[in-house]
Amino acid sequence: MDITFDHVSFTYQAGTPFAGEGLRDVSTTISDHSYTAIIGHTGSGKSTLLQHLNALLKPTSGSVTIGDRVITAETNNKNLKPLRQKVGMVFQFAENQLFEQTVAKDIAFGPKNFGASDDEAAALAKQMVTLVGLPEEVLTQSPFDLSGGQMRRVAIAGVLAMQPQVLVLDEPTAGLDPAGRRDMMTMFERLHETQGLTIVLVTHQMDDVADFADHVLVMDQGALIKEGSPREIFADPDWLRAHQLGLPKATAMAEQLMAKGFRFDPLPLTSDELADQLLPQIGGAHHE
Amino acid sequence: MNKLILGRYIPGDSWIHQLDPRTKLLASFYYIGIIFLANDWKSYLVMTLATFFMIWLSKVKLGFFLRGVRPMLWLILFTVLLQVFFTTGGKVYWQWGWLAITQFGLSNGAFIFMRFVLIIFISTLLTLTTQPLSLADAVESLLRPLRVLHVPVTELALVLQIALRFVPTLMDQTTKIMNAQRARGVDFGSGNLFQQMKAVVPLLIPLFVDSFSIAEDLATAMDARGYQGGDGRSKFRVLKYHRRDGAAAAGMIVLTVLLLLLRA
Repeated sequence: MDITFDHVSFTYQAGTPFAGEGLRDVSTTISDHSYTAIIGHTGSGKSTLLQHLNALLKPTSGSVTIGDRVITAETNNKNLKPLRQKVGMVFQFAENQLFEQTVAKDIAFGPKNFGASDDEAAALAKQMVTLVGLPEEVLTQSPFDLSGGQMRRVAIAGVLAMQPQVLVLDEPTAGLDPAGRRDMMTMFERLHETQGLTIVLVTHQMDDVADFADHVLVMDQGALIKEGSPREIFADPDWLRAHQLGLPKATAMAEQLMAKGFRFDPLPLTSDELADQLLPQIGGAHHE
Repeated sequence: MNKLILGRYIPGDSWIHQLDPRTKLLASFYYIGIIFLANDWKSYLVMTLATFFMIWLSKVKLGFFLRGVRPMLWLILFTVLLQVFFTTGGKVYWQWGWLAITQFGLSNGAFIFMRFVLIIFISTLLTLTTQPLSLADAVESLLRPLRVLHVPVTELALVLQIALRFVPTLMDQTTKIMNAQRARGVDFGSGNLFQQMKAVVPLLIPLFVDSFSIAEDLATAMDARGYQGGDGRSKFRVLKYHRRDGAAAAGMIVLTVLLLLLRA
């Protein structure tokens, strides 16, 4: 299922003295089975863009095509449910959405809203809780008795249980420890690989962009200022710095090494690529 | 929620903005008291002129005040209609069974309408020109004499200030949680009453949980920095009456005298 933005602009509180611009003339396509990363500094319009992916917001002008549904300013708020089922959304600090008495009920909440029977929903809850790496025992516990990291996983399980085709992630690893962060990113990668889930990831971690994404959108002041593969985006460190964006660690290190006379072509994005290019230059054996 | 004008501060440095918040609070209550003195068109005219003079002094656009009236419009119309139909006396213009439109009914309806609108204008004026925290300061300062009776005035004021401070935070949080639950298939504001009440549960519980955790964090932060209210504590915003506060009080007295002279 492709999601296409056609000259989308969005204004917050249009028609009041408090109006503010959210998006300016954004056109792009998030294609089926892609892994798209959206980067940009705080307030650049990333979250506003995300909320257009499942019609939580409707464009003030232009149109968003989600699968076969076209969303414009005139679109009625009714019958958006099928859309919400196809595009699962994990918000920042997703643990804030938990409310049920048990983990099982909370995970089952989404599927039941979309018409699953109690049994189906319970089965999904069991399946998803394992998928996000939690023991089945937590199913009967209250979500509020879990640790912050576990709560985050339950919330993500609750979104996955809706069995969406597109998974939208707004800084899913913010506030997690490094191990938890790695686990979670690997899990998303696995879902992308094995189930063909389309993933849209908003992140400030350039390493995640380099490691996982195949398409990158760069936002600034509500406008889409650049898009391309990670290699294209990270090829110009000066441009990134001018837009207050960072580099993946490996790329940053390669840049420092270049100042000392090393040569890299193309600029490495991951530590493996860095090692591969670096070893011949320092006379080491081939990197495995 | 963006339509709620009552309670939204508009920054400015007009004469009204610069008044001491205590003056504004007291004057607003006093105004609401004396509006009940008005009982004929002359006295209402004086009140209306006085109100528009104050609005002019505040340099806030009239549109903001009109928008403040809108949410109350149905309540006002309902009350006015009751007055029109159930007040008897004077000339009878129209009658149907026990329902009648009379001269007194019409004039009473008009007066009630004016009274509502003027009171809303004045309360809107208070909140548009006074920051909520200044109002809380004013309440604390005005209630201070009650400390003799062991009323915990500083604590009450603190509660009020914290509550006001966290209104925007909780509004933001409400929007976020609503979005998260809508993404999980909740329809807010559709279906029958029972379905709508059920839809609120996934919103309210996370909000409560969040409020408690904010409260805990805030309490810890205050403890860690040794917060203590009461006498020893100095204030960042010190309230002081100026000459313009005296002028405002004098204005209110003049208005009262005029009303007493003009009313029927």
